[in-house]
Amino acid sequence: MSDTQEVESGVVIGIAFGNTTSSIAYTSADGKPELIANEEGDRQIPSVLSYLDSDEFHGGEAKAQLVRNHGNTVAYFRDFLGKKFSEIDPTNAHNSAHPIDAEGKVSFSVVEKAGKPAVNITVEEITARHLRRLVSSAADFLGKPVTKAIVTVPTDFTEAQRAALTSAALDANIQILQVIQEPVAEALAYAARDNFQTADKVILVADIGGTRTDATVVAVRGGMYTILATAHDYELGGVRLDATLVDHFAKEFIKKHKSDPRENQRSLAKLKLECEVVKRTLSIATSASIGIDSLCDGYDFHSTINRFRYETIGRPLFDQIIKLAENVVSKAEIDLLDIDEVILAGGSSHTPKIAQRFESLFPNCTIHAPATETTALNPSELAARGAAIQASLVSEFDVEDIDQSTHPMVTVAPHLSKDIGVVIVAADGTETFQTLLPAQTAMPARRAAEFNAPAEGGDVVIKFVEGGSVIKKEIIPPAPKDEDDSDDEEDEPEEVKSKEMKVEKLLAEALLKGTEKGQKIEVTVQALEAGELNVTARIVGTQNGVRGQVKA
Amino acid sequence: MASSIKIDSALPVFSGEWSAEGNFVSHAAISAPVNRKLEPLGPHFLAHARRKRHQRTFSEDDRIQASQKVKNVEDEDAGEISEPEEPEMLRRDPKDWKNQDHYAVLGLSKYRWRATEEQIKKAHRRKVLKHHPDKKAAASAGGQQDDSFFKCIQKAMEILSDPVKRRQFDSVDENAEVEPPTKKSSKSFYKGWAAVFAAEGRFSKKQPIPSFGGEKSTKEEVDEFYNFFYNFDSWRTFEYLDEDVPDDNENRDQKRHVERKNNAARKKRKSEDIARLRELVDKVLALDPRIKVFKEQEKERRNAKKNAREAEEKRLAEEAAKKAEEDAKKAAAEAEAAKAAAAEAQKNKKGAKDAVKKNRRVLKSAAAEFAPAGSVAYNQLMEIQDKINPDQLAELVAKLNVAKGTAELKAVYAITANEIIAKGAAPAGAFDALIL
Ligand SMILES: Nc1ncnc2c1ncn2[C@@H]1O[C@H](COP(=O)(O)OP(=O)(O)OP(=O)(O)O)[C@@H](O)[C@H]1O
Repeated sequence: MSDTQEVESGVVIGIAFGNTTSSIAYTSADGKPELIANEEGDRQIPSVLSYLDSDEFHGGEAKAQLVRNHGNTVAYFRDFLGKKFSEIDPTNAHNSAHPIDAEGKVSFSVVEKAGKPAVNITVEEITARHLRRLVSSAADFLGKPVTKAIVTVPTDFTEAQRAALTSAALDANIQILQVIQEPVAEALAYAARDNFQTADKVILVADIGGTRTDATVVAVRGGMYTILATAHDYELGGVRLDATLVDHFAKEFIKKHKSDPRENQRSLAKLKLECEVVKRTLSIATSASIGIDSLCDGYDFHSTINRFRYETIGRPLFDQIIKLAENVVSKAEIDLLDIDEVILAGGSSHTPKIAQRFESLFPNCTIHAPATETTALNPSELAARGAAIQASLVSEFDVEDIDQSTHPMVTVAPHLSKDIGVVIVAADGTETFQTLLPAQTAMPARRAAEFNAPAEGGDVVIKFVEGGSVIKKEIIPPAPKDEDDSDDEEDEPEEVKSKEMKVEKLLAEALLKGTEKGQKIEVTVQALEAGELNVTARIVGTQNGVRGQVKA
Repeated sequence: MASSIKIDSALPVFSGEWSAEGNFVSHAAISAPVNRKLEPLGPHFLAHARRKRHQRTFSEDDRIQASQKVKNVEDEDAGEISEPEEPEMLRRDPKDWKNQDHYAVLGLSKYRWRATEEQIKKAHRRKVLKHHPDKKAAASAGGQQDDSFFKCIQKAMEILSDPVKRRQFDSVDENAEVEPPTKKSSKSFYKGWAAVFAAEGRFSKKQPIPSFGGEKSTKEEVDEFYNFFYNFDSWRTFEYLDEDVPDDNENRDQKRHVERKNNAARKKRKSEDIARLRELVDKVLALDPRIKVFKEQEKERRNAKKNAREAEEKRLAEEAAKKAEEDAKKAAAEAEAAKAAAAEAQKNKKGAKDAVKKNRRVLKSAAAEFAPAGSVAYNQLMEIQDKINPDQLAELVAKLNVAKGTAELKAVYAITANEIIAKGAAPAGAFDALIL
């Protein structure tokens, strides 16, 4: 504790470390997470380093070097961290410095100093340099030294990768207090917006980034997060969307000039960069133009594309994103109808079509994305915001404290496998299931609810039950149509699914005598870690009550 | 702790007998919980951690113990998909992709059309990690960049990840075909043919397909199988075998010609395929021992039916004959009985006549007491005797026998006379000399 004294004075920031871009954020004096722009004014800082004439370029400046100095420009390296050379997929680094095998370690060979031979820089070292640049931008902005950070990584980051990240940060004099999961940080960003309400829900987080797409199902119970399932697609993201535009414009170029700009490294790099701009423009405008002087063989290239066309050529990729979402939901062993909210994160989530596709897959959910929710947060900022929120929460903790709080003895908890609730009488007189503690709630947990006494008063029975949802399928035959205006496509019968709660097991019954019309009855259930269930029922404002325990 | 949520519904009214002692009764424990990992972030988690820790420090042993029981949500590596790579395959020319076995290239020979999208993705990833040319260039110091097998991998992925292209390839994937079992083959008839039709079934638009079944299959199951394959609705297509269409604009006619040829070839192959399957089904139907058994059983059943019918007819005939005989017997017996009854009746009749005569005699002597023969009263008494039946007569006589004195005798007669009048058997004044 004593040797961290000097470090104590610094601010703790949040860092979202992506393959494509990184962001930094802090929590302002009024408790709001805020993104920090670097010297160039970027909040999404490309995770790129480039070496030219003995200078090191970072972020947007380095990214621009991909055209003329690609061999000395290191990009898309995050996923290489902490991996053996045999384990990495170098595809994304194909148009920048290639990863090489230096005694099993992933390295890049770059000319760091003008006139000197190329040197091998390990991915750990590249990461350290990248983090150093990020932290120095933050320190410049805040006017205070920054020495500690919370960093987000994808859920498939291994222990070895986390360790490599932490040690790379230490090389850059940054103490990583906690490495956190991207989807949970993203969920936390929305939770903070909504004042950390504790409503129970199941959310789907789809993080559609540059090189990869990750989908995660998270159960939120009393404000705590449990990941139920994850799915990853390492070949799906913004880069692929750029590539469809590259192909589209390349074909156009070939038609005119009989040469393929994709076959020349520099032409391809230029076209890629411009296509990314076109793609971003199409997120807010319905058409975009592209203009590249001397694209290939000395020919200039000018063209436009509208959003509809883009959405048509991008469709196979949108389909894949949706498939990944369906896949993760089924991996969580729940139904699409069990998802209460969808959070779209990552830069590519700005794409309106993607948000719309999620909207049709989850018609009854809020889809948190700019195209589907006017108050949505910027999807590119979610991970960094979440990290900044966590940073502010643990800023007073020392490493030992955090280590103990994140210890598996604390994090591993028995979770209910079924909903626990009571039987209530619906408006139409039928008895139904009211969940109090939903499945996937970590124990111990307690919930309380207030119900009405029966309209005519009298003795009441509280049936404590366990149950779950059942999905009902109903086939709606196509409406009979007039012969003339029938377009044959829509004639398929429609299958409508609905969710219904079903009682599966009676756990206990309590008798509450002599209730009166208009009275309220408070019922509590408390599931203990060892599996017991404590229950109470009481007429509000009276001493009249029952309590009991169901043994494990 | 958390405040109450308000739920605008009522709890059920209790009706009936409460059998438990107190006001609470426990029935069953909650279902077994699952150990999962809470994500250590957010204010509510930190509150949880504070509660959980209070003053305690957890050790490394605790860590291992707790970590071991947690349910894993991250996938393990796709270790199950691995098969040796034939050197010949690694030397393939990517330009010859039409003849490439895309499944083998991705290491999915065992799975083929059965491979799931997930498996294809994982398999592809493994191959990319292994064969990416950028890695090879790095490995061989000379920078010798042979990316031909990588191109094969990419082509395989392009085809297998596109549902339309994958079907086109699956349609002509010879390695997925299963040879029909021969008489000599070691596999049993059922196993062998089941594999053949499971493979054929991959082309079915309708899924799942009925299985070929085994020796014990019922007739319904076997019928379902043959009906399905005789009415097979196949998506199999033959684009994959198309001749390349020249794509330069100059040679329009040539292009059209090739296209036409391709179309014709596809159609031809399709109809040949339909015929092929039909022949195959015909063949197995002819060989299928179950069919023979079912025919045999059918014949037997029909025979059994016929036999049963004949037996029934015989039984009916016998029954009819027996019945006729019995009827005759019964009729004879009845006749006999009737005769006996008639004789008996005869006998009885005679007895009755005697009784009447006797009774009349009693009457006459009784009448003599108060109605001398020839008087009006006498005549009326005689009339009474005529009007009543022998039973009534007997009764009258019995009463007269116990009557004492003329007055009583008269009274007995008067009652009987009144009864006769009441019945309407004689006019009101018919017995005025008797009724006083
Ligand atoms: N407004 C926009 N519209 C469409 N795409 C966008 C927009 N803004 C950013 N993107 C795309 O988002 C991608 C970057 O996403 P993000 O910032 O989430 O990167 P990342 O987390 O580093 O991703 P990964 O780790 O998957 O590579 C880029 O492909 C970029 O083109």
